[in-house]
Amino acid sequence: MLFGFPLLSLIIWLPILVGIAVLATGGDRNAQLARWIAFAGSIMGFLVAIPLYTEFDAATSAMQFVENRTWFQRFNVNYHIGVDGISMPLILLNCFTTPLVVIAGWQVIQTRVSQYMGAFLLMSGIVNGVFASLDAVLFYVFWEASLIPMFLIIGIWGGPNRVYAAIKFFLYTLLGSLLMLIAFIYLYQSSGGSFSIEDYHQQPIPFKSQVLIFIAFLLAFAVKVPMWPVHTWLPDAHVEAPTGGSVVLAAIMLKLGGYGFLRFSLPITPDASHYLAEMMIVLSLIAVVYIGLIALMQTDMKKLIAYSSVAHMGFVTLGFFLFNAYGIEGAMVQMISHGFISGAMFLCVGVLYDRLHSRQIADYGGVVNKMPIFAAFFMLFAMANAGLPGTSGFVGEFMVIMGAVKVNFWYAFLAATTLIFGAAYTLWMYKRVIFGAVATPAVEGLHDISKREFVLLAILAIAVLWLGVYPFPLTEVMHASVENLLEHVGNSKL
Amino acid sequence: MNFIPPDFTPAYSEIFLLVMVCVVMLVDLATGEKRRYITYLLTQAILLGCAFLTFISFSTETTYTFSGMFVDDAMADILKIMVYITVSAVLVYSYTYVKERGILTGEFFSLILFATLGMMVMISASHFLTLYIGLELLSLSLYALVALKRDSIVATEAAMKFFVLGALASGFLLYGMSMVYGATGSLHVSKVAEAIQNGVGNHEVLVIGLVFIVAGIGFKLSAVPFHMWAPDVYQGAPTAITLFIGSAPKFAAFAFVMRLLIEGMGGMVTDWQGMLVILAVLSMAVGNIAAIAQTNIKRMLAYSTISHMGFLILGFISADWNGYSSSLFYVFTYVLMTLGIFAMIMILSRSGFEAENISDFKGLSKRNSWYAFMTMLIMFSLAGIPPMVGFYAKFAVLQAVVNAGFIWLAIAAVIFSLIGAFYYLRIVKFMYFDAPDTEDPIIVNNDVKVLISANGLAVLALGIFPQSLMGLSLYAIQNSM
Repeated sequence: MLFGFPLLSLIIWLPILVGIAVLATGGDRNAQLARWIAFAGSIMGFLVAIPLYTEFDAATSAMQFVENRTWFQRFNVNYHIGVDGISMPLILLNCFTTPLVVIAGWQVIQTRVSQYMGAFLLMSGIVNGVFASLDAVLFYVFWEASLIPMFLIIGIWGGPNRVYAAIKFFLYTLLGSLLMLIAFIYLYQSSGGSFSIEDYHQQPIPFKSQVLIFIAFLLAFAVKVPMWPVHTWLPDAHVEAPTGGSVVLAAIMLKLGGYGFLRFSLPITPDASHYLAEMMIVLSLIAVVYIGLIALMQTDMKKLIAYSSVAHMGFVTLGFFLFNAYGIEGAMVQMISHGFISGAMFLCVGVLYDRLHSRQIADYGGVVNKMPIFAAFFMLFAMANAGLPGTSGFVGEFMVIMGAVKVNFWYAFLAATTLIFGAAYTLWMYKRVIFGAVATPAVEGLHDISKREFVLLAILAIAVLWLGVYPFPLTEVMHASVENLLEHVGNSKL
Repeated sequence: MNFIPPDFTPAYSEIFLLVMVCVVMLVDLATGEKRRYITYLLTQAILLGCAFLTFISFSTETTYTFSGMFVDDAMADILKIMVYITVSAVLVYSYTYVKERGILTGEFFSLILFATLGMMVMISASHFLTLYIGLELLSLSLYALVALKRDSIVATEAAMKFFVLGALASGFLLYGMSMVYGATGSLHVSKVAEAIQNGVGNHEVLVIGLVFIVAGIGFKLSAVPFHMWAPDVYQGAPTAITLFIGSAPKFAAFAFVMRLLIEGMGGMVTDWQGMLVILAVLSMAVGNIAAIAQTNIKRMLAYSTISHMGFLILGFISADWNGYSSSLFYVFTYVLMTLGIFAMIMILSRSGFEAENISDFKGLSKRNSWYAFMTMLIMFSLAGIPPMVGFYAKFAVLQAVVNAGFIWLAIAAVIFSLIGAFYYLRIVKFMYFDAPDTEDPIIVNNDVKVLISANGLAVLALGIFPQSLMGLSLYAIQNSM
């Protein structure tokens, strides 16, 4: 708490309350009002999150801005929230993304505007709640609640196959989470009646139970990340979701899974984590290499970026299970950077889709002739996606590869292939869409990005470059927490 | 020998209700078709009066009367008050629906009140026969209610099935009770418990009796494999009656299990635990899987009920106060959700049109976004998605099951509830993702409008602040055992 002020609660509940206000504006007659309230709310949501960074004490790994109140006594569940160097950057990323999503849907969404905008604000607050929760039940409630707005976003505003995608998304993620719930209940019993995540970190657990708990957590988080082979919901969801939905899915929702590994799997079941690390590394490498190859084959731009997301998130899980500072910090940087880059990539595809209503690479060609400014932005993000030095995409991947070298040269070697595959699928797509002669009459009719789109892409471009050139402000805040986590994972809990 | 009149105080609300039902029947003769709302208001007033009587007699002490055949404890009072609230809400929801279908007769009210009385007797029974009398009073009223629309073939068929199977179940139950009587020499709940505790009586006879009793319970809870009547009755009965059958009697069923199995035969926990495990797993499996295939919403909800009863039974399996209070919490939330969803079906029905199919929910969010939102809250709650209250109900029960050492049962339960999530989501899909077939406006009376809003919002609000209801169920159990 900052000067006795419940800052973290404000960060969680402000977007939710504004989201309810937006929903209350009702039908599409008040669409403009809904947009402006949503915009103001999302900007406010970002502004109130700034003190989280400025007042953050980077020297300690302890939880900060802690609030702890009884929620329901029956099961000793508390409204216990706080952040450390791992969750704080993710909350900032989320608060940063929300205004972008609101702006991105400004003109495109013309039906049920208030519900669309409201859903994203609710989503923002709920996701902040996931990152801030220090009580397992509170965490679970936020975690599952985040499915509801996303389900509706995909199902209502999505593409032709949206119903299938929405239900698949929901059931897939629910499957994983339900077993996690059982794991929480088991921990509650064995800890003698506590749902505090920090208690679980200290609690000794027998090896066999650790492995089972690890697997329960793995299902929940692996589906969310998503890891190979449970990634199949992601391309469907991404392709069918509206642009804003894709951005939030890629930039935010995937990070929930990554965060889960750091907050739950590693510290609660360290022995099982070590025991199963090789399996995790292999799964991650399959995601990096095999999914990278699949991405190469895609003809749909959104699907291509979706598969590239899976490959990039493979880096994140790879980094976690190297058990060294480079690996985990690299994975964290990769998560933040992927939030910017994938968000930007989906926005770029959204820009094209809004004009031609096609996501097929074959329907484009020679776009640079008609949209030079857009082509420049898209170039930057494509390069970042490929991991070009100087962009944020490079920093995280480089750090993870460094970490991998320390463990096993071949891990690093396989991981490094992403620099080739990533460049191949991204730049090949870029070439086919942007360069060449104007391919169709439809492309001939394109007009360059509007001011609104320019602002969106410019903000993300600055973020990508800044993090690429000077990642220190990010690594600085997470350093103490990561060191503490590593030390914790190093100690057996048997 | 002098006749000592029994202490009537604990049964004031039952006696009041019995007298007033007779008054309702007389008054209804005078009011006639046109002024039937007087009967309606009188019925509501009677329920209020009962609530008042139960409320003033509320105490944490357990009192017995009628030679120990009737008990008044904290659990009984709390359950009864819940029954009044539920019945009252049922009447508000069904008034227009019943009126438009020409079954708003005096019998409708008196039968509902008799059924209520039956539930109250069941809740307060401390003797196997009292329990049975309450159950029969409830069941016979329900059979008649289902057949109330007597020119409807489906309703008559449903009533017939309900009656035949219900009678069979009662037979089972009586047979089981007679076995218990043979083995223990008593039908008093406490004396049976004592006899079992002391090892009096032939164990084999007791176990056979127990099997019959559990089968009877299975029928009343509509647990698999004794569930066959539920889908037909839910579908065939007029929706208002389905709402009634699906809601308040669940409280009585809970009390039924508590009095008979837990208080009476608690000493045989190792014997009935295994039986309940089978009932629970089968109910969750068959209920959730069969529900997917349904196109009729009432039938689907019947299967959904079956699966929820499986969850409810899970709480009993753990055989401790923790599990019982979780089950009680489950009943509270289940009834709250059932009220809401059947009310929505009635709201969508008009005179001459029955909302029967799941596709009748198509495009509801475009027709009326508020009702769609309320239905969505209830659907997510039934599916057990937080922050809706249905999640906490499942959570509480799972917690009890894990605590009792049945982790595999908890895992099976969540897998089945995952399957169950699909058909609840499908309704959300129809409401939000599809275009409406009809643009007809939804006309609803103000009282129903307020009540359905309160009902839907309660599902959300109790999910955000679950302590009150959880605390209440814990209180009810801890002060009665």
